[in-house]
Amino acid sequence: MTFPGDGSDAATGTLRRGPRRRRNRAGGGGGTARPGGRGVPLPLLVPALIGLAFLIVPLAALLVRAPWRSLPELLTSAEVWQALRLSLVCATAATAVSLVIGVPLAWLLARVEFPGRGLVRALVTLPLVLPPVVGGVALLMALGRNGIVGTWLDSWFGVTLPFTTAGVVVAEAFVAMPFLVISVEGTLRAADPRYEEAAATLGASRFTAFRRVTLPLIAPGVAAGAVLAWARALGEFGATITFAGNFPDRTQTMPLAVYLALQSDPEAAIALSLVLLAVSVAVLAGLRDRWMTAR
Amino acid sequence: MTAGAHDADARTPENGSAEGLDARLVVERGSFRLDVALSVAPGEVVALLGPNGAGKTTALRALAGLTPLTGGRLRLDGTALERTPPESRPVGVVFQDYLLFPHLTALDNVAFGPRCQGATRAEGRARAAEWLGRLGLAEHAGAKPRRLSGGQAQRVALARALATRPRLLLLDEPLAALDARTRLEVRAQLRRHLAEFEAVAVLVTHDPLDAMVLADRLVVVEDGRVVQEGTPSDIARHPRTDYIAQLVGLNLYRGEARGHTVRLGAGAGITTAEDLSGPVFVAFPPSAVTLHRDRPTGASARNLWRCEVAGLETHGDQIRADLGGELPLVADLTAVAAAELDLHPGATVWAAVKATQTHAYPV
Repeated sequence: MTFPGDGSDAATGTLRRGPRRRRNRAGGGGGTARPGGRGVPLPLLVPALIGLAFLIVPLAALLVRAPWRSLPELLTSAEVWQALRLSLVCATAATAVSLVIGVPLAWLLARVEFPGRGLVRALVTLPLVLPPVVGGVALLMALGRNGIVGTWLDSWFGVTLPFTTAGVVVAEAFVAMPFLVISVEGTLRAADPRYEEAAATLGASRFTAFRRVTLPLIAPGVAAGAVLAWARALGEFGATITFAGNFPDRTQTMPLAVYLALQSDPEAAIALSLVLLAVSVAVLAGLRDRWMTAR
Repeated sequence: MTAGAHDADARTPENGSAEGLDARLVVERGSFRLDVALSVAPGEVVALLGPNGAGKTTALRALAGLTPLTGGRLRLDGTALERTPPESRPVGVVFQDYLLFPHLTALDNVAFGPRCQGATRAEGRARAAEWLGRLGLAEHAGAKPRRLSGGQAQRVALARALATRPRLLLLDEPLAALDARTRLEVRAQLRRHLAEFEAVAVLVTHDPLDAMVLADRLVVVEDGRVVQEGTPSDIARHPRTDYIAQLVGLNLYRGEARGHTVRLGAGAGITTAEDLSGPVFVAFPPSAVTLHRDRPTGASARNLWRCEVAGLETHGDQIRADLGGELPLVADLTAVAAAELDLHPGATVWAAVKATQTHAYPV
């Protein structure tokens, strides 16, 4: 269980760092000949190159060992398509859920002063650092059939979330939403609140000001946060398998399928991993374009 | 100085029962306390003038409802507004950097207010187009704010504020964001638009020229309090604080008059043309001062002080000398004169002012 979990964390880690590095380069004017380039000390150069290799070699290995000849066949199998479709649908649904409740939460944290705001922000950030498996267990305790909320959901509405596709969405949203909230809150803090004051003097209620002024102004930040959340949801493993289980066509998303395939059919696992790698690269490219146009 | 002392105020009802603005704005924030009384009649333009940090912008924000009052009162056309949130006040604001919504066109920026007041999209746009036309911006209706020049953006901001049909128009440093050439042109336009505006207009500025050109009446605020108010010409002639004297370019002293002599505390005296007694202000312009390297012998100048040059700066095509000594004062002279006198910081000179060039008035 730890191997794929680490893999997904590393993937989001590079995703988050990638755009930021892009930004710095764009802001720095893109000069190539920096003063630091006149002589790189070995004690820095050697570990740096080892670090670079450490990040790149595994990805290269994936490409080297890929069963290119049988790839078309592997990728067109019904299981792969099921898992891929389920992953895309659930990650998109989780992102939608995160947007609907995460953007207002970010606004609350950025714009309304209330006692204990620092504590609330810390709690929102907690799932970012919480091991996803722990998140899955926590979700079971809350929303499981005997959970503190799940009991009521079951007896009042007949809704059971664990081990369903909806459960996958819940697990992914739980893990991914903090990315969106943190990203949007940062954008809100950077946005000039005086535009909202200007809207107020023109007769706009706080909600109208948010909808017609603030939201359009922070749209690039919201989009970037949504992409981050979507990528995180797509790679989610620990919370999903704990809370929603591993049932083909219902809760078996791509990362789960990869893990399972690795034990029975390693070639299929590599093929599935390549698909996820391709999606990640596409996301990174999309984010870069987003940031380039936002500048 | 009470509000009733000026012609402009004669139009303001004393009881605050009817038209116009009647306010006493008290805002306490840490050690800073703003306490400013303000009565403005409909059609009148009042400028809050003061140095940075005096509390002018705080007063403006309090009028708009963006900063809560901690005391005092705020009545507009007889209605109490202290507890009314900004979106419900009949107040329009032109912000210093305009704060035009960057994602909306000029037309939609101006239509924003009417839309918030319940107009349909078509009605809002029609009203916005009318305002843009009135301010000579019809051909820029479709432009986003970043494509407007400073002067155009300023007029769009004015149109946006006016389109809500405010009973109180607030302008925060309306010309500060413009370059010098645009400023001249926009100042004249703004003056015309303000003259047409039938409700109360209050503008905040630290620029005395803007204040004097745009406003019917000035309220000078220093350190959170009103230190003087009156018509621009009245304030220019009779400054009551160093700040105002500097603004209008006068040397100002306060002392005790006995006949034609005014004693200024530590012994220095000024001979004046006026015959007064009791506490007075004495003012004279820097151009009335003549400087001499040696003590002049003729008796034409009645006032003579030994001074030391503290600083020199160019001021238009003149040199302005900042002098210390018995009597701190500023003097204007030509560059040629400055060279002939060999003026430099630390040099000793004699400053002379004719009594007829001074102006004394009671405190």
